[in-house]
Amino acid sequence: MPRLSAGRRHTVRVTLNGRAVEGEAEPRMLLTDFLRHVLGSTGTHVGCEHGVCGACTIDIDGAPARACLTLAVQADGATIRTVEGLAPEPGRLSVLQDAFRRHHALQCGFCTAGILMSLDIYLRDTPSPTEQDVREFLGGHLCRCTGYVPIVAAALDAAQKLRGVARDA
Amino acid sequence: MTVKPAVQTANWCGQSIERFEDAALLTGRGRYIDDLGVRPDTLHAAILRSPHPHATIRRIDTTDALKLPGVAAVLTGADVVKLSAPLTVGVRAPVQCWPIAVDRVRYAGEPVAVVVAVDRYVAEDALELIDVDYEPLQALVDPMQSLSSNVLLHDALKSNVASDRTFRYGDPEAAFAKAAHRVSVEIKYPRNSCTPIETYGVVAEYEPGEDSYDVLANFMGPFTMHAVMARSLKVPGNRFRLRTPPDSGGSFGVKQGVFPYIVLIALCARVAARPVKWIEDRLEHLAASVSATGRATRLEAAVEADGRVTALRYDQVEDVGAHIRAPEPATLYRMQGNLTGAYAIRNVAVRNRVVLTNKTPSGLNRGFGGPQLYYALERLMQRVAVELYLDPLDVIRCNLVPSGAFPYRTASGGLLDSGDYPAAVAKAVDEGGLAELCKRRDSARAAGKLYGIGLTAVVEPSVSNMGYVTAVLTPQERRKAGPKNGAQATATVAVDPSGSVTVHIASVPQGQGHRTVAAQVTADVLGLAPKDVRVVGEMDTSRDAWSIASGNYSSRFAAAVCGAVHLAAMQMKGKLARNAAAQLNVPADEIEFVGGKVGARGNPDNAIPFGRLAAASHWAPGTMPDGAQALRETVFWSPPQLEAPGELDETNSSLCHGFIFDFCGVEIDRITGALRIDKYVTMHDCGTVLHPGMVAGQINGGFAHALGAAVYEEFAYSDDGAFLSGTFADYLVPTATEVPEPLILHVETPSPFTPLGAKGVGEGNCMSTPVCIANAVADALGIASINLPLTPKRLAPLIAERKP
Ligand code: FES
Ligand code: FES
Repeated sequence: MPRLSAGRRHTVRVTLNGRAVEGEAEPRMLLTDFLRHVLGSTGTHVGCEHGVCGACTIDIDGAPARACLTLAVQADGATIRTVEGLAPEPGRLSVLQDAFRRHHALQCGFCTAGILMSLDIYLRDTPSPTEQDVREFLGGHLCRCTGYVPIVAAALDAAQKLRGVARDA
Repeated sequence: MTVKPAVQTANWCGQSIERFEDAALLTGRGRYIDDLGVRPDTLHAAILRSPHPHATIRRIDTTDALKLPGVAAVLTGADVVKLSAPLTVGVRAPVQCWPIAVDRVRYAGEPVAVVVAVDRYVAEDALELIDVDYEPLQALVDPMQSLSSNVLLHDALKSNVASDRTFRYGDPEAAFAKAAHRVSVEIKYPRNSCTPIETYGVVAEYEPGEDSYDVLANFMGPFTMHAVMARSLKVPGNRFRLRTPPDSGGSFGVKQGVFPYIVLIALCARVAARPVKWIEDRLEHLAASVSATGRATRLEAAVEADGRVTALRYDQVEDVGAHIRAPEPATLYRMQGNLTGAYAIRNVAVRNRVVLTNKTPSGLNRGFGGPQLYYALERLMQRVAVELYLDPLDVIRCNLVPSGAFPYRTASGGLLDSGDYPAAVAKAVDEGGLAELCKRRDSARAAGKLYGIGLTAVVEPSVSNMGYVTAVLTPQERRKAGPKNGAQATATVAVDPSGSVTVHIASVPQGQGHRTVAAQVTADVLGLAPKDVRVVGEMDTSRDAWSIASGNYSSRFAAAVCGAVHLAAMQMKGKLARNAAAQLNVPADEIEFVGGKVGARGNPDNAIPFGRLAAASHWAPGTMPDGAQALRETVFWSPPQLEAPGELDETNSSLCHGFIFDFCGVEIDRITGALRIDKYVTMHDCGTVLHPGMVAGQINGGFAHALGAAVYEEFAYSDDGAFLSGTFADYLVPTATEVPEPLILHVETPSPFTPLGAKGVGEGNCMSTPVCIANAVADALGIASINLPLTPKRLAPLIAERKP
């Protein structure tokens, strides 16, 4: 890692949803602020800035991470996926996103980006979770609107559909 | 939940169609306040907050902060006093409420200074350079202590009681004198909040040439607050333009509380002469945004031998925190017409005191007054059963407002619009399996477990009467002030030159899917598909139709706003029908709107496409019959039933009244004190259901909030007033791991007072569920007195105290 000085801005280069992008950040800048206000990717949300609510969850190099607990400079060189990268193309939704829509698994949508990112990675690694598995996994996210019932249903529905896709492939 | 595919039909209402909001929200394309671009010269604010719950401010030195490069301005209480007027207070009392501390801080987290700088990081740096000299004062945390303390929060008030009113309905003294039994409970309802995941946000500009403010904020209404803010900013309403962003990350009442910050940041923009943006952080939100009121209640019942309650006597002490901030003391009066809940109790005595403490000021929060009131009332009904050796279900049943009695005028003046409470209870008992649950309790207890069952019946009011809070005034004071009443709902239906339909609603949605349901309602009237209708939900007070009742609170959307949408669409339809009649040569009352066509009933060939007919008023207004130009229809609808409180203080506080009957089984771990919900059944009558998926969403979401309030959440203060719940690791919000799925049941008795028969549904479980769980815990432990939250820390000693 290069030497950084506190008062100075440094260039941070990341691959964001498949595209190489860069921006300037002071060493203390949070990755959430960098994504949202420097790179203009506002899909990732900030609910607490202390690592509990999960709204800011993104995929850094294939693993879920709290962007609010990460400094922008730490992400230099990383491959990042955010909610903006989930849909296969504009106007279409991923299997998981579509399940969320059909099950009314979001209301205000503020927690949703983080939950989608977590579940996207989780269902890749855990294709056949039980309801209890999903509920425990989701324990890392706060949603104040839905009571979680439809989120759990959407996750299980998406898991089933994704298994079907995998089988047919 | 099964999801039915949407199919083309004339009845879109009643179907769980997919939400139009969702595609953008699911792909990261939402437009919340912090996502929107601002002017390039915008500055950013950070707020210095008091670490003390109560202290005199001797001196504030901002010199060093102002010297920091990038800092544009620092505001303190003195600047705010110079530039603005205090926020209006809802009671007649010599207290002033400012959006920032003036000479004294009265709660931990109260704003003391605001720094405006080039970015938020620099603004926060500058906060550390402000030197404040505090002289700490004794803090009052317990409202009962505050009642009689010599320490005063507001010296001019001469006590800490801002309002003390008594009410008498029927003849409570006689009923108590005659009663076979008296049963009472004492409760302390804690402070908590529904904490939306998105915090407050404000972007403000000031135009000195016009002395006008333009503010974007994730405010949710009620727009009574617009007048309060304009007055505080010392401008007429037309110079205070308030706009809301297209999306908002939840509110549950809480975002009403952004209004003092709207004033504060607007003043910052004025002083800095540039636009100023402020986004609240989570610590600020938990410590100092808004809290539901805490309440200490003593409630006594006069009871007949068979369990019938003939009178209630309330003594309520409402903890509103450090200021009576508008619209308080509304929490205390929102239930004024519903003091008897779901029961036919004809005699009520009430004493209501509003007391100030060194805590965050209270305000709107899901349930708003219901949780506090029903916690006392439904604990009491359970105690009636226990003390008279009756079945709690029988006590509820024998007191319910009887079938066929609707509309029913309650003792305190509420008009219960519709319902069949005994039938709803019977259905819930049957379909929810209460008998089976009782067997489960028996076998759990036989196996040595701590298992209990709780029941509750509540009335869920919706569509608040804007006049109910004047019940805090005496009838003489009300006469002097002039009547306040009603609940104006607003909607606009417009057609554009291409013949497509746009609807504007002034309900300021915060994620509930209003745009989708309003499209369903409009589509049903105009014979279109919901996707043909675009609905705009953001508000602009300079451009849109609105009134004081506008906004997103008191569960008014389905009942009042959708009603207004329906009426506006009907008005548009009436005009279009006259135009069509002229073109198709048939009488207007034989015109029908079906499947995107407008035509003569029974003659499908004699029809024109809707879009063509709708566009005609733009392209050929001269050919329209007189008065039938169909361009834009705005409806203001206020139900006549919402009258001002009367000479005897009778108050119809709400228009609609849903009914909820809940029961649950809980098990408590003997060793850890952990509470497990074994089964939860919730029966709802919310009138006509417009979108079952969203109704389920409201119930599940409300249930989760209620479970949080019952078992986990509390804004805790130490005895010396320090705030202890500043993070989500301290203020525990339940997750998917903790929230079980309730069994939701429905009966439908449409409201005769709303255009579509719908009633509110969003708040009921916040009223019924905390006390239902508490009743179950009391049953499990065999104890009389129990307060929330039911944490292991609270339950473990109660388990230990039980006789083995
Ligand atoms: S914003 Fe990162 S966990 Fe809450
Ligand atoms: S949908 Fe609003 S917080 Fe989850």
